[in-house]
Amino acid sequence: MHEMNQLSTFWFWVAGAAKVIGVFTVVMLAVAYMTLAERRVSGFIQDRLGPNRVGPFGLLQPIADAVKNLIKEETMPGTSAKFYFVLGPMLAIMPAVVTFAVIPIAAPLPTPVGTVDMIVADVPIGILYILALSSLAVYGIVLSGWASNNKYAFLGGLRASAQMISYEVALGLSVIAVLLLAGNLTLTEMVWQQQQMKLWFVFPLSLAFIFFVISALAETNRLPFDMPEAESELITGYHTEYSAMKFSMFFIAEYSHVLTASALMATLFFGGWDIPVWTGDDMFWHEGALIRGFDEAGAPIAATPSVLITLLTLGAFSAKTAFFVLLYIWIRWTLPRFRYDQVMHLGWKVLLPAALGYIVLIAGTMLVLDQLGVPFGFRYGLILTGVSGVTTVAFLFFVDRDRVIGGAHGQGSVARIRARASASS
Amino acid sequence: MTEVLFVLFAVVALGGAFGVVISRSPVASLLFMVATLASVAGIYVLFEAHFLAAIQVLVYAGAIMVLFLFVIMLLNLGHDYRADLKFGLWSLLAFVVVGLTAGVLAQGFMDVGDTGFREDGAAVAAALDEAAREQGVAGVIAEPLFTDYVVAFELMGLLLLVAIVAAVVLAKPRN
Repeated sequence: MHEMNQLSTFWFWVAGAAKVIGVFTVVMLAVAYMTLAERRVSGFIQDRLGPNRVGPFGLLQPIADAVKNLIKEETMPGTSAKFYFVLGPMLAIMPAVVTFAVIPIAAPLPTPVGTVDMIVADVPIGILYILALSSLAVYGIVLSGWASNNKYAFLGGLRASAQMISYEVALGLSVIAVLLLAGNLTLTEMVWQQQQMKLWFVFPLSLAFIFFVISALAETNRLPFDMPEAESELITGYHTEYSAMKFSMFFIAEYSHVLTASALMATLFFGGWDIPVWTGDDMFWHEGALIRGFDEAGAPIAATPSVLITLLTLGAFSAKTAFFVLLYIWIRWTLPRFRYDQVMHLGWKVLLPAALGYIVLIAGTMLVLDQLGVPFGFRYGLILTGVSGVTTVAFLFFVDRDRVIGGAHGQGSVARIRARASASS
Repeated sequence: MTEVLFVLFAVVALGGAFGVVISRSPVASLLFMVATLASVAGIYVLFEAHFLAAIQVLVYAGAIMVLFLFVIMLLNLGHDYRADLKFGLWSLLAFVVVGLTAGVLAQGFMDVGDTGFREDGAAVAAALDEAAREQGVAGVIAEPLFTDYVVAFELMGLLLLVAIVAAVVLAKPRN
């Protein structure tokens, strides 16, 4: 058993550098293989094979793509604003690769020199850091669309700026519900609160999770919200004029955003690196000591970090994140694209008021529970789950308008449309 | 380390502010302004005002400046801007306004004293650290905002609402 203490300054720097390099490398590798996953899964969904020639199961395809993009010719449109044209991809990729820094990836790791937190930077503002930096992502897209001096690219850039500002509001409001329940901004503490409640926040905050998924899809410009690069209307939108590695940088940025959003869904709503049911992995720094929880009298119980627990929790985190990445791909190849006015309608007239109302409801319920003296814990979570569940069903029923939930009953609307069409012809 | 970073951020902030004024293209001005705002956020971080820094980037750099960019591009100011530049009497007026503002600011700095710091600065910083430990970084700002300054805060919100209504009324097509 190793000593359970905090790192000295020197080892803090060493561990910090190692974590930065490690996380960056893993994120870049994950991004490369997400492109392969996207193509293989889309192949599966469309009943074809997808790329399977380079290496076993096409596993070397991302490397072939990278080499191709590096040695391809860089095109530079003659009438573009050169400086901004080059600046655009840089601004796009920068926020995408730094946001992963504040997401905790596993339980603290014991080493001979002290216990290392498995998070690159545990900043006190946590989630706000991610929101602030991802709000800068729009500059890259808008500037490159404008600098290309191409009408399609320009329209893509304008759409991107309008859409990303609109959904930032809904995204922020859906996160506020989580902040209310966690009572803190740091993501490590959110994971801890979910372990303490013995209930992942997706249950007590089910509607916030739905809002978060929808807004995250829109923020990352993924189908059904990929208006900035709608192929059928805008060629490929803001990156129409880009080739080779500059084009690749937009791709890396998009997939990094998808990866960060998936990791955030796992952390905010699915317990982060928490392994369900088992309490042996609960760990948190409390007044300078790593604790597992509190006993009946409220005294802290010391935690026993181990390499095995760190590896297991890392596995749990990776599995949850991979699931949401798969969900992203699944949605992309299943749903058709929205019309632009529908995107705006959903953002401002449905998600914004609904998310605001939901915050009031959650805050009100929590106030009542606190007044009644219900302690923060499993029972607290169950009551909120009940309230949220009812609201979620009501919301889905209202939005769905009989199409999915109504089942066979919903088919009636299609039949009506057909009847009307045949009557008029 | 902190001093080096402070000088770096301060140079970028001042240089960016200068760039906003002297650059001819509106898009360049805007990017300079984003650089200035981001550097000021960096200085906030050096003061350990993390919350303020995040809000600075989120609201100013991430939302308001994006709207500016949106408007500049929608009006296509970047390509034919010379006609929009005003000289003569306007530049004279601008000099007068800038000079007056600089004078007022200089006066303000004079009042602070020789060191440029408040005398009870250390005590205030300690109290803030204590509050941040107890209430979290957001609580330190939220607590006074929603108790002592709640009326001013609500009036501010009302002002913004009035501005939005006015914008909608102005933008509505007349028919």
